[in-house]
Amino acid sequence: MQLPLILRKLFRRRIVLAAAITLVVVVLVSLFAGPLSGLDPNETAVSQRLSQPSTSHLLGTDELGRDLFARIAFGGRYSLTIALFTAVGSIVVGTLFGLIAGFFRRLDAPVMRVVDAMMSFPDILLAIALVGILGPSMLNVVLALVLVYTPRVARVVRASTLVVRELLFVEAARAVGVSTIRILWRHILPNLMSPILVQASFIFAYAILAEAALSFLGVGVPPEIPTWGTMVAGSQQYAHQALWIVLFPGLAIILTALSLQLLGDGIRDLLDPRLRKSM
Amino acid sequence: MTRYLLSRLGGMLVVMAIVAVLVFILTRAASGDPIAVLLGDQATAEDIARVQKVYGLDRPLPVQFGLWVRELAQGNLGESIFLQRPVTQALWERAEPTALLSLMAIALAALIGVPCGIVSAVFRGKAIDQVFTGFAMLGASIPSFWFGLVLMQIFAVSLGWFPVSGYGEPGASLAARIHCLVLPATVLGVLNSALIIRFTRASMLDVLGEDYVRTARAKGLSENVVVLKHALRNALVPIVTVIGLTVALMIGGAVVTETVFGLPGVGNLVVSAVIRRDYPVIQGALLVVAAIYVIINFLIDLLYTVVDPRVKY
Amino acid sequence: MNRLEVRNLSTFFDTDEGLIRSVADVSFNIRAGKTTAIVGESGSGKSVTSLTLMRLLPRTASTQVSGQALFVNRAGQTLDLLTLPEPQMRAIRGNEVAMIFQEPMTSLNPVFTIGEQIAESLRLHKGMDRAAAMAQALRMLELVEIPAAAQRVREYPHQLSGGMRQRVMIALAMACDPTLLIADEPTTALDVTIQAQILALMRRLQAETGMSILFITHNLGVVAHHADDVAVMYAGRIVEAAPVNDLFARPQHPYTQGLLACLPGQQRKRAQTVDGKRRLYAIRGQVSSPLAPPPGCAFEPRCDKAIAACREAMPALRVDQAGGSARCILVPETA
Repeated sequence: MQLPLILRKLFRRRIVLAAAITLVVVVLVSLFAGPLSGLDPNETAVSQRLSQPSTSHLLGTDELGRDLFARIAFGGRYSLTIALFTAVGSIVVGTLFGLIAGFFRRLDAPVMRVVDAMMSFPDILLAIALVGILGPSMLNVVLALVLVYTPRVARVVRASTLVVRELLFVEAARAVGVSTIRILWRHILPNLMSPILVQASFIFAYAILAEAALSFLGVGVPPEIPTWGTMVAGSQQYAHQALWIVLFPGLAIILTALSLQLLGDGIRDLLDPRLRKSM
Repeated sequence: MTRYLLSRLGGMLVVMAIVAVLVFILTRAASGDPIAVLLGDQATAEDIARVQKVYGLDRPLPVQFGLWVRELAQGNLGESIFLQRPVTQALWERAEPTALLSLMAIALAALIGVPCGIVSAVFRGKAIDQVFTGFAMLGASIPSFWFGLVLMQIFAVSLGWFPVSGYGEPGASLAARIHCLVLPATVLGVLNSALIIRFTRASMLDVLGEDYVRTARAKGLSENVVVLKHALRNALVPIVTVIGLTVALMIGGAVVTETVFGLPGVGNLVVSAVIRRDYPVIQGALLVVAAIYVIINFLIDLLYTVVDPRVKY
Repeated sequence: MNRLEVRNLSTFFDTDEGLIRSVADVSFNIRAGKTTAIVGESGSGKSVTSLTLMRLLPRTASTQVSGQALFVNRAGQTLDLLTLPEPQMRAIRGNEVAMIFQEPMTSLNPVFTIGEQIAESLRLHKGMDRAAAMAQALRMLELVEIPAAAQRVREYPHQLSGGMRQRVMIALAMACDPTLLIADEPTTALDVTIQAQILALMRRLQAETGMSILFITHNLGVVAHHADDVAVMYAGRIVEAAPVNDLFARPQHPYTQGLLACLPGQQRKRAQTVDGKRRLYAIRGQVSSPLAPPPGCAFEPRCDKAIAACREAMPALRVDQAGGSARCILVPETA
């Protein structure tokens, strides 16, 4: 696998390249913008509350006079971290179940029935219920969202596993006596990387949106933790005075989610050229 | 056909059974005691024990499950701990705003999504296609609560065309109530049209490449007839599927939108029930929502037989 | 009288990889009431020729069409199909010029009944109302010898076999009484027995209606039995054209000669032996890529008779005294 060649093909479409760059910028800003600019996301200045975007405060200030740009940058760390762990978690668990369901015929029906049952709920509803039960915390939000998105991954992985399983080289490996685990790990899994990567990108995007919605409703992370969602939740009553308090965190969410989806599309186009015809 | 119906019914029951178990485990696995919360700090251990007995919360879990299932079979979803009334009643009272909102939103999403998807497919690669596809990607990236707040600010607060929140006075006419739902329905409808645009476009592109479309053109039919009659009919199966999917998204999206716009719907009820740990309501709402979704999927499957004559069960 | 005169037809596709000359400088005539066959292997441009004539190519900027296709319509007017405004072309498609395609399994719309699909054509071009159109559709199905036509007319395509579907396609094409039927490999996807039936059907319909047929195929056997005139295509050009008997008796172009030599019957006559075993003849080599055509004659790399001059320039079509023509410098020019 030559990395430079793959990257070049992936970024042949300018929009995918733009999306990837945007993501890198978002991550860098959330990690370094605060310390670099000297702006403190927690520094309150009540005299300057709800001030419009200006040279001293790039995106304005919130209801407690805190610099909004710093808050959004800082909050990015939490939102991105939660979404990242969600994506990783649901990919790992979902792939495991998908492999099992796709490879072992007798386990297929029971596993998929449970998957169907879990997918009978709208995502947000299930997430709300889960966080409600587990209690509001960053960890619980991740756990809840992992449970919500795992069935989706399981379905995709199962479908691909069913196809790969029938390929001749699997039968050949079996005939030679390769153990099942080894077959799964070394032969089947590598062929699933493309749908898995695509799913990862999209779930990352969904997780950002879901966490924001949960936090906004008050059933996500505790309000003290400054994710983009809690920011909007806390400031919404001032929206009519200062729309930017709500506008800018939302734009951060949109930008990140959009870039992730474009990237996911790009990966999908790259790794499955047949799909390009209809997309 | 009957055999198919029966087997589908069986499948649905199995799924619902698993849902019931999951819901039960979910709500019982919670930390925190609702009874203690309900009765407040002044309650003694005896008071709590007594009320627990009333709600059957002192029995072992499997027994509770069995009792609960028996109640379900009788159509009894239990009684809300906080609202002091049967869950079924609580859900029913709040059904109208959610149902109306969902209907309006789905109609809007389909009305926007299907035509845009068709145009995108027909003019593939041209500017209009890029615009619609870009819009579709954007729509899938916008948080509904944010969109709701922004629209509320522009159209309700600044322009005053719609009420900021609420569902109107208790005796308000249907028209007035629908008026309250316009903004939230717009939020849900516009954002969910994104998925419909993508699916419609993909489905139409697949169909437009088929041989029978070429035959239709060879007959001398105008391009409009070829696209709207010959191609679209065949593209309907995936389109109908995605509209069915959108219903589920609507129910979920309604939760957030109802909170933003202060609508007394089922979504709002669920959120407050979760915050208050009102198990019966959470359980009941989850079950009802799952059941609705399963039934809708089944109806969609039946719809396929009408849309595509090759589909026969 | 010529129903269709094609002059210098060219279809080029401008792709990312370069300009593809699918059809280059093709000229042939189709006589009224007669069958002209275009023979060639896959990729020779024969299908693109037919699609170009019907103007059914995808309408993108990268398609370049030039030349003339002079068609004599029912009223006796001569129209150039390639430059007709689209609405007028639509009035001709399915009406005066009809086309049937290679894949009967997928050429009918799965969600409409057979009767509806035929009736649609009738209502469009003949202005019939629904009842009259359906009645005529039934008659058309009987005309193409579909058993139990009254029942079939209400059925869907997936309920019919491949051979039946091709008959339906023929019924559809014939519904408005066309003067020219373009048949693009109509029997290639069917079993041999069905093939024979379909071909016999087409001959009968031609005899009854006097329509011309442009028959596109790679099957020389079919050509021998059913065509009146033949044009052989190679790499987008006509390399030989002649009345059918002349072509088979005295093929002029090395490619045509090669094609005929490939027929198993010929092999017995030649008694060719390699290693003491009789082997089937095959034209050596492969068709060159359309993106990198050889400088001179397109067939030169595979031609056993090629001389140095063949590489220099594409030979022109030379007409001989019998009226046939061949694109080879070895053919003595008479006219």
